[in-house]
Amino acid sequence: MIDFMLTTNDQKILDAVRREALVCRSYARHYDEHEDEFPPDELPEAGDFPPTMSLFAGREPEDTGLGVMSMLLTAGQTWGDYSVRMRRGKGGLGNAALRAAGTPEQQQKWGGLTLAMAITEPGCGSDPSRVQMTAVLDEATDEWVLNGEKIFVTTGCRAQGVVVWATIDKSAGRAGIKSFLVEKGAPGFIVSGKEKKLGIRADDTAAYVFDNCRIPRGNLLGGKEEIPQESSGGFRGVMKTFNMTRPAVAGIGLGIAEAALDFTRDALREAGIQVEPGPGIAAQSAAAQRFLELEALYEAAMLTVLRAAWLSDQGQPNNLESSICKAKAGAAVREITQGCIELVGPMGASREHLLEKWFRDVRITDIYEGTGEIQRLIIARNILGYGREELK
Amino acid sequence: MISFGPTEEQEIVREAMREFAHSAVRPIARKSEEEGLVPEDFLEQSWQLGLVSTQIPEAYGGGGEARSPITNALVLEELACGDAGLALAALAPALFAMPVVEFGTEAQQRELLPLFCGDRYHAASLALVEPGPCFDPIGLRTVAERKGDGWVLSGAKCFVPMADRASHFLVLARAGEGVGLEAVQAFIVPRDAAGLEISEPEKKLGLNGLPTGSLALERVELPAVGRLGGDAGCDARRLVNLSRTALGTVLVGLSRAVMEYAIPYAKDREAFGEAIARKQAIAFTLADMRIEVDAMRWLTWKAASRLEHGVDATREAHLARSYCARQAMKIADDGVQVLGGHGFIREHPIELWYRNARTLGVLEGTVAL
Repeated sequence: MIDFMLTTNDQKILDAVRREALVCRSYARHYDEHEDEFPPDELPEAGDFPPTMSLFAGREPEDTGLGVMSMLLTAGQTWGDYSVRMRRGKGGLGNAALRAAGTPEQQQKWGGLTLAMAITEPGCGSDPSRVQMTAVLDEATDEWVLNGEKIFVTTGCRAQGVVVWATIDKSAGRAGIKSFLVEKGAPGFIVSGKEKKLGIRADDTAAYVFDNCRIPRGNLLGGKEEIPQESSGGFRGVMKTFNMTRPAVAGIGLGIAEAALDFTRDALREAGIQVEPGPGIAAQSAAAQRFLELEALYEAAMLTVLRAAWLSDQGQPNNLESSICKAKAGAAVREITQGCIELVGPMGASREHLLEKWFRDVRITDIYEGTGEIQRLIIARNILGYGREELK
Repeated sequence: MISFGPTEEQEIVREAMREFAHSAVRPIARKSEEEGLVPEDFLEQSWQLGLVSTQIPEAYGGGGEARSPITNALVLEELACGDAGLALAALAPALFAMPVVEFGTEAQQRELLPLFCGDRYHAASLALVEPGPCFDPIGLRTVAERKGDGWVLSGAKCFVPMADRASHFLVLARAGEGVGLEAVQAFIVPRDAAGLEISEPEKKLGLNGLPTGSLALERVELPAVGRLGGDAGCDARRLVNLSRTALGTVLVGLSRAVMEYAIPYAKDREAFGEAIARKQAIAFTLADMRIEVDAMRWLTWKAASRLEHGVDATREAHLARSYCARQAMKIADDGVQVLGGHGFIREHPIELWYRNARTLGVLEGTVAL
C-alpha cells in the first residue's frame, strides 16, 4: 500500500536522532573553525542518550523499512551537523564496499575496522575507468604490489584502512580494475596530505601515495583475480556499491538543506513574513512564495531518496533511482541553501549563524559519489537504452 | 509506514487505465482538441470503466469501494497521459459525486448518487474558479446568504467543466464570516435553478477537449437542503486539498506524455551524422524530465496518502500542486525545444501539451476528485 505516514516506532527513533543532532549542532562552529581537531564520538551532553541502534529494537512489520529509515536517520543527523555526528559507527565508504563485495572471510577480518574508499586520482575523478594506479601480483611472495597516488579520500586520515581501486591490467580497460584492502601501516602506504576545503572541514580529506606497497594476495576485495571477458563485468560489480551510497549522500545533503530551511523559516517569521501554504498570489509575499518553492524542492528531492532506498528494501534494482535521487538532491541542496541566504539577507552571510556554514558544507553533495552531470549521463543512457559508446 | 508500493488491485487498475489511455484516449485527443468537442462515444466508453460509480456506496447502486485518493491519483495520471482534457471530461461527474459521497446528508446521497450509477454518462460538475485576475480559492467572491431556512447565492463562476450538459453544479461560495476556507461552503444548484445562467462553451488556450462554461448566479434561491452536508456543511479545505492533489497528478501524466514522446523522437532524429539523443545537451534535458516526473509523482502520492488517512494535507497538497505546475511547464517547454520546429507544428502533440501545461497549471479546483 502506498503510504507516507511514519509509525510511532519510526517517530520515536527520529525524535531521538534529532535530540542528539541538536547537541551535535552546538559543536558545529567549533569544529568548522578548528579543522585539525577531530570531533569526538561521544559528547558530554549526550552521555546518557540511548545508542541509536538500541532504538531499533522491537520493530514491527508495519514499521518503515530499514533502508528508508537509514536515509531519514542520516538526514536527521546531518540536520544537526555534517561532521559532528555521534555514534555514526564504524562506517566509511570502504565499509559499504566491503559489505557489497567482500568474501565472508574478508567481512570477518576487516568488518571491525573503519575503511575509507580511495578511487579518485590526480588525473581522474568522474571517469574511474581511467584509474592509473597499478597492482602487480608477485607470485614469488604471493603479494600484490601497489603503485600510484590517490586524492580526495574521505576520512582518509582517520580511517584504519582503505579500499583502493587499482588496475591489474591496463590493456583490459575497465575490466582490469579491482579493489584492494589495505591496512594503515602497510609498508609503502603513505598518507601524504590533508586537504583544506570550502566546507565539511571537520571531516578530513586525505591524499595517499602507494610506493611499492606490498599487501597479501588475499586482500583483493571479493577474491576474484581473473579479468572478466564480457566488457566491464567486474567493474559493474564495484559500481554497485554506489546504489546505496548515492541515496545516502543525497540524504546527507538534504539534512543540511532542511536545517537551512528551518533557520530561514524562523528568520522570515521574525521579520513578520508568514510562510503558510495556501493563499494565492495576491495574498502572499514574494519571499514567502520563494520559500515555499524551496520547501517543495526539498520535499521532492527527499522523496526521490526514499524511493531509491525503498526499492532496495524490496530487493529490487535501484540503479536508475539512486542516480535520480543523487542528481535531484545535488541540485536541490545548492538551490535551497543559496536561496535561503538570499532570503535571510546579510544575516545569512554572517558567521554568527550556521546558515553560511550549511551553504558551504552542502556544496559537495552535487560532486562526490558522482557529479550531477555523471548522474544525468547514467539516467540518460538508461532511458534511451544507450551504452557508453552511444552516449559519451 | 513509508511505502511506494501500490496494492495488487491498484496495479491492475493502473494497467487497465494505461491501456485505455493508449487505445481510446490518445488517438482521439487531437481531433477533440481541434473541434473543441468530446466525442459522445468516448464518454460512454469511459463510463463503462466505472470511474465514477466504483466509489459510490452499494446502497445507491455503486461499486461500494472505499474512496481512495491514492487510487484516483493512479487513474488520473494514466488517463492524463493519454490526454488531460479528455481525462477531465470523463471524470467531471466525479467532481460533483465524490463530495456528495464524502459530505452529503443521507437524503442528498439518496437523491443524487443514483444518477451516477446508471449505464449512461451523467454530467454534473464543480464550480469553484471565478473570473477576474489572480483567482484564489481562499478569497471567493461568490456569496451565499441566509434567507429564512434557505440560502441565496450571488456571484460568477468560470472554467466549469461540462457546464453545457451538467444536471447539477456544486457551487463553492462564502457562507459566513470566518477567514479563508473556513467560511466556504458548497451548494447543490440544479441546472434549471431560477437565476442561474450558463454561458456558451468558453474558448481557451488549451484543454479544448474539455468543454467548460461560465455560470452567472443572480440571487439563486436554494432550500436549506441545498447546502452540501445540510446543517453540518462540508470541509472546504479538504475539497480544495483533494482538488490540488488531483491537479498535480494530471500534470504528472501530462509530463510523462511529453517525456515518452520526446525520447523516441530524439533517438530517431539525426543531426550532424548522429541521433540528437546522443548529444549531451539533449540527453541531459531528457534525463531531467525523467528525474522530475518521478519527483512530481511522489509529491502527489504523499499528499494523496495524507488525504487517504484523513489527516490535514494543506501543506503537502499545496507543495505538490505548485511544484507540479512549475515542472510540467518546464517539461512541456523543453519538449517543444527537443522537437525544434516540429514542436511548433500541430502535426505533433507537443504544442498541445505545451498549451495544456500552462492552462492546467493555473486551474484550481476543477479536478476535485
